Amino acid sequence: MRRNIPILGYAILCVLGVVLAKADVLDLYMQIILMFIGINVILSTSLNLVNGYMGEFSVGHAGFMAVGAYITSVLNILLFTNSSVFGPPVLSPSSALILFPLTLLAGGVGAALAGLLVAVPSFRTRGDYLAIITLAVNYIVKSSIENMQVIGGARGFMGMSNVINSMKEVVDLPWTLIWVFISAGLTVVILQKFVSSTYGKGIIALRDDEIAAEIMSVNTQRMKVVAFMLSSGLAGIAGGLFAHVLGYINPGTFTIMKSTEVLVMVYLGGMGSLSGSVLSAIGLTIVLEAFRPLQVYKWVIVPLLLILLMLFRPEGIMGHRELTDVFPRLRQLLGLKPKLSE
Amino acid sequence: MAILEISELTHFFGGLRAVYDLNMTLEGGELMGLIGPNGAGKTTVFNLVSGFYRPSEGDVKFRGKSIVGLRPHQVTALGMARTFQNIRLWNSLTVFDNLCVSQHHLLGYGFLNSVLRTRKFHESERKVRKTAEEIIDLLGIRHYALELPKNLPYGLQRRVEIGRALCLRPKLLMLDEPAAGMNPGEVDQLIKLIRWIRDEFKLTIWLIEHHMRVVMNVCERMKVIDFGEEIAEGTPSEIQQNRRVIQAYLGEEEPLHAHGS
Repeated sequence: MRRNIPILGYAILCVLGVVLAKADVLDLYMQIILMFIGINVILSTSLNLVNGYMGEFSVGHAGFMAVGAYITSVLNILLFTNSSVFGPPVLSPSSALILFPLTLLAGGVGAALAGLLVAVPSFRTRGDYLAIITLAVNYIVKSSIENMQVIGGARGFMGMSNVINSMKEVVDLPWTLIWVFISAGLTVVILQKFVSSTYGKGIIALRDDEIAAEIMSVNTQRMKVVAFMLSSGLAGIAGGLFAHVLGYINPGTFTIMKSTEVLVMVYLGGMGSLSGSVLSAIGLTIVLEAFRPLQVYKWVIVPLLLILLMLFRPEGIMGHRELTDVFPRLRQLLGLKPKLSE
Repeated sequence: MAILEISELTHFFGGLRAVYDLNMTLEGGELMGLIGPNGAGKTTVFNLVSGFYRPSEGDVKFRGKSIVGLRPHQVTALGMARTFQNIRLWNSLTVFDNLCVSQHHLLGYGFLNSVLRTRKFHESERKVRKTAEEIIDLLGIRHYALELPKNLPYGLQRRVEIGRALCLRPKLLMLDEPAAGMNPGEVDQLIKLIRWIRDEFKLTIWLIEHHMRVVMNVCERMKVIDFGEEIAEGTPSEIQQNRRVIQAYLGEEEPLHAHGS
């Protein structure tokens, strides 16, 4: 099963990462960077589904991230910790170890439902008008959270590190790192399987010619709902992880600035290219971190690099191609069958 | 048995009357033409029938069932496929994928199956690919199967678009100006292709066409409309003689001799 080489390789890298983190070879700072890379991979690949594969222009990805972050955090605090807001834990704190992925998933489901706010208008409008709707949804989410005093309003919401700590008390492993690795890997696999199936290619048909797609048997409304819900759901999971990496969230984190950051990763990596999005999420996170000593000049140099890249390579690093297209030998190595029987 | 029955079909775009009181019946296995001068409302009729517009009045029955109000993909699933006047292939999918995706309604699996790669997924995917390969071989386009449609010459793109429609396994194939923009050689091939498709796939073909050679060589019966209204119906030779048709196409006949040259 040579097809499974990438998955196997990724699994080995993850185990290695966790072992190194446990042995303190990777210090906390490096771990946090690794986790941000993973989260950014989820965010950029999931946004690429809508902006790249489906050809819509969504600028409100951070809104869905916020929904996921808050749902997961509130659930975890409510269920597993003794907090001033919700009182004593509903379940024993140690059960967080098993139930954490479920709360993460709940955040994803919540964000996916929020994605309907964009999916339904998308039946009737597209392009710039839909972009404005996604922007509006981003603001609706942020303002709603700011006005919900139960979950801290504009002050933010904290205590998530207690959940992680109670997980560590049972089994002492870097749990957030592990869940970031698993989620990022699963996200890429899910998206890859989806867009490479004939079902998922309906989304690409929809981008190329929506009218032809609808008349040629693609249920465009359903495909839009699937794409928007999948994309926003994954963003929600990224949000849940983000909240537990930082241990503190506030609505100010999930503004149009955050959405733009993800947009940059998508366009940098190349539209409609998952490997491009992964590469750019890794690259941009590292570059931003490496330029931290430059302080405020970082915000001059990084955008300048972007302008230069867009000048000389407007289609992004990969631009509608995957790694297997760039390196055909990779296809052979992985034993991918040719598309047509001879 | 009648495969398509259109009764009193009327459509307005705002105040503009695009189609008015159109009645027609297509028998199974027929090669029917729909002709008329530019702007006569031919493509509008196609759009009304395929569910892209909802008619202002009137009814369309396909295989005995009213299809007014259905969404286009639902109409397609009932066995109606069409091509477009300006080719509308999906240009970032390969020719092969174009033929696969047009069987979307036959997939029978959804998001979860596509991600989990269940047995259902593999079976359905194998079926879809088999159909696509069959059509590719029948149309003789295997050599181009992995090309992007936009890189192919015009005549081939038309052929691919017809192939994409055939992949839907239609009972009724609607061709909107299939000869538009083709050179004489390509037109000859097209005429052969259309007849061959009718016999091979045993389906009904309804085409809009301007190209007289195609119309006269292909259609067994045709309907002529002008300003959205029927002006004639009959066999190609009858239509050729029809005064109202000649008037619609060429304008009022000037009595040349009256000027006494």
